[in-house]
Amino acid sequence: MFDNFPLWPASASTQSLPVDLLYIFLIVISAVATFGIAAAILIFGMKYRRRHGREAQPIEGSLILEIAWSIIPLGIFMVVFVWGAVLYFDLRTPPRDSTEIYVVGKQWMWKLQHIEGMREINQLHVPVDKDIKLIMTSQDVIHSFFVPAFRIKQDVLPGRYTTLWFRATTPGTYHLFCSQYCGTMHSGMIGDVYVMNATDYQAWVTGSAPVGSLAQDGYTLFQQLGCNTCHNMEVQGRGPNLRGVYGNPVQLEDGRIVTADDNYIRESILSPAAKVVSGFKPIMPSWQGQVNEEQLNSLVAYIKSLNPPPVGAAGTSTNTPGSAAEPRD
Amino acid sequence: MATTAVSVEKKNYINAEYGIRSWLFTTDHKRIALLYIISITAMFFIGGFFALLIRLELLTPAGDLLTADMYNKAFSMHGQIMVFFFLVPSIPATLGNFLIPMMVGAKDLAFPRINLLSWYIYIAAAALYLWCLASGGVDTGWTFYTPFSSQFSNTHVVEAALAIFIAGFSSILTGLNFVVTVHRMRAPGMTWSRLPLFVWSHYATSIIMLLGTPVIAITLVLVALERTLNLGIFDPTRGGDPVLFQHLFWFYSHPAVYIMILPSMAVISEIVPCFSRKRVFGYNFVAMSSIAIAAIGFLVWAHHMFVAGISVYAALVFSFLTFLVAVPSAIKVFNWTATMYKGSVSFSTPMLYAMGFIGLFTIGGLTGVFLGTLGVDVHVHDTYFVIAHFHYVMVGGAVLGFLGGMHFWWPKISGRMYPESWGRLAAIIVFIGFNLTFFPQFILGYVGMPRRYWDYSHMPEWQALNVLSTAGASILAVGYLLPMVYLLWSLRYGKPAPDNPWQATGLEWRTASPPPTFNFDEIPEVTWEAYEYEKMPLPEEVTLER
Repeated sequence: MFDNFPLWPASASTQSLPVDLLYIFLIVISAVATFGIAAAILIFGMKYRRRHGREAQPIEGSLILEIAWSIIPLGIFMVVFVWGAVLYFDLRTPPRDSTEIYVVGKQWMWKLQHIEGMREINQLHVPVDKDIKLIMTSQDVIHSFFVPAFRIKQDVLPGRYTTLWFRATTPGTYHLFCSQYCGTMHSGMIGDVYVMNATDYQAWVTGSAPVGSLAQDGYTLFQQLGCNTCHNMEVQGRGPNLRGVYGNPVQLEDGRIVTADDNYIRESILSPAAKVVSGFKPIMPSWQGQVNEEQLNSLVAYIKSLNPPPVGAAGTSTNTPGSAAEPRD
Repeated sequence: MATTAVSVEKKNYINAEYGIRSWLFTTDHKRIALLYIISITAMFFIGGFFALLIRLELLTPAGDLLTADMYNKAFSMHGQIMVFFFLVPSIPATLGNFLIPMMVGAKDLAFPRINLLSWYIYIAAAALYLWCLASGGVDTGWTFYTPFSSQFSNTHVVEAALAIFIAGFSSILTGLNFVVTVHRMRAPGMTWSRLPLFVWSHYATSIIMLLGTPVIAITLVLVALERTLNLGIFDPTRGGDPVLFQHLFWFYSHPAVYIMILPSMAVISEIVPCFSRKRVFGYNFVAMSSIAIAAIGFLVWAHHMFVAGISVYAALVFSFLTFLVAVPSAIKVFNWTATMYKGSVSFSTPMLYAMGFIGLFTIGGLTGVFLGTLGVDVHVHDTYFVIAHFHYVMVGGAVLGFLGGMHFWWPKISGRMYPESWGRLAAIIVFIGFNLTFFPQFILGYVGMPRRYWDYSHMPEWQALNVLSTAGASILAVGYLLPMVYLLWSLRYGKPAPDNPWQATGLEWRTASPPPTFNFDEIPEVTWEAYEYEKMPLPEEVTLER
């Protein structure tokens, strides 16, 4: 019976329970407030119902009551605010050693690229009890990656990366939705997330037999597009040496210092003139419209792989700012 | 006492002149209010028709009644019509227009011809919108998010955007007229602290209309220009930013929520004291909370964007401010409730709507707190939880306030009494139908049903709650149609209304029902405070049908 009439979503990530607890807390205080107000209205309505011979008593108001019913709700709200903010910071901060998966949203499907090279459409296989970080972009309009069982959601934007992370706790199959209206088949842009235990997941990886890793795809593309003619990884070419750049601060020609994160690398491929590295000339052509989102992801994955191991760590731990990868003039 | 006022053939604003020209060229705020009542009611039923299509489609999981594109157009046009052509003008342009000059003791608004102009602008906008609808409609959702609206939709986005752009001027002019009227046209002795709370709330609304509407207007022009001239402001491939649109859109559209709810609060602040026979509890706090809502309401827009890709620190600030804006709303609810304490309460039709409003607005407001809570919003954002929340505010709040106000002032507007028992029945039907329609959607939302889904055949487990919702919507429709019928019926067959059937305190009740063209035979001089119900007699029971 309740299979066909669910009143609560499945819980399958480390974030499900904390979100549920806050939600329940909110339901309780809301129910107390709503029933309190409703009861007051009904009781006052009955007790002070218009009768012959009884007149309303004029009451101006009460400063003490006004202060009380301003301060008390505000106090409760502040508790909820802090509680919700703590959860949100957790939801928005992927652990450092997360496994990265690239996501491309397009009208009307989800494309997923694993670092190991597996590619999926509208299906996402992940191992249980592992931190997964999704690096997402859209090929066209705004989409939104929503897995109710994990209590996570993030809009997927054209032109930049947004991220999302989760750690699944229970093997099973869960709904994946697009929750940002994206046109005709918005409600068809759905899929399934398969949470698998370690052995099943290994079997799936082996069974899908990826030809090469995402970074290897990126390397091949890097050669094909001729990027290596300027970005030489051994000696300094016309463009910066990209080894060890990812995750580190970069000194720009205009004096700013930015961190070379996923969005920076993406922008440097599509709009190279936007942030020119100090000591270099703005001679690189734009690749806007010449590489698709999935190819971009592989290029980003390749450039990340040029960092000293551990590959995939999004931190700045191994390199000091202004290290050998930084060009000087 | 006041029955002499309806004696034969007294001239009033309705029978002052005859003929269609006397209506189309009138500058009488009361006649313009009637023109608005007719126009926005027509738009309400068109918007309601699209709601009907949405609920019928969702009765079954498969997308079987409409095509996907038709469904997308249905919810888009439902939202755009209801927000921009019904809710925004609803109470201000009808009851506000009719009552504000009378409440401050003036003969008309400050700029009567601008008032008529604002109705013509509204009609021009509505005509353009209906033409857009007839030529195929628009499928962007009411929110026009880029780059879908600017580059990808193949529907009539430019026409719809221009129609809403034009409607904005109607709103701006109405707001301007109210602000100037309240400042400059008050009768002798009508100090700010003697203003009815209806006027205070409309004053706050007018400020938002004046300051907010230009922003949505220019934003929609940018979308139209991007489509026609290919500008690239919101196009990321040319350095534009689609999220910029959301900032601009919500900078107006969140305060717009207060444009819709503050006038309803205005109505409730009049009804509750009248049917409790008491001065409103904490007059200053209710008045100032309207101003606080208008002011803080301008600073919370990005709480619609917690998952849109804004920084965590921006989200933190907007969440905090959202909790702050909830406080003045709470103050109002507590004060209205306290007004009933030791009163002499009668459950007349307007009071039933007011009590329904307080309950439903409380739920709408508190679920807004859920959405302002960062960690919870991530899960419920863009789901049916949001749909349920804003319908509790906009239907449970704004529409119930509109219906309550229409009943309360109907004797003044029409000079006729409506049948009280039918009125009470309709109020109860609206309350039940509304809750049955929208409460299940809170559950659906937390379970995970995203908004704007046409087909849910892969999630048949959502059907039961959707069936409840559709059943509720059909009850709600009856609740809307009933007042249409008996209010029109009362125009011919209703009992003639006395000048002050409820023995209420406002200046509008000290003139005839319906009022003469210039409202008062002589400009009143106010020597009393607002809501002095202790000095008013109880209303004659003859007005309450047994």
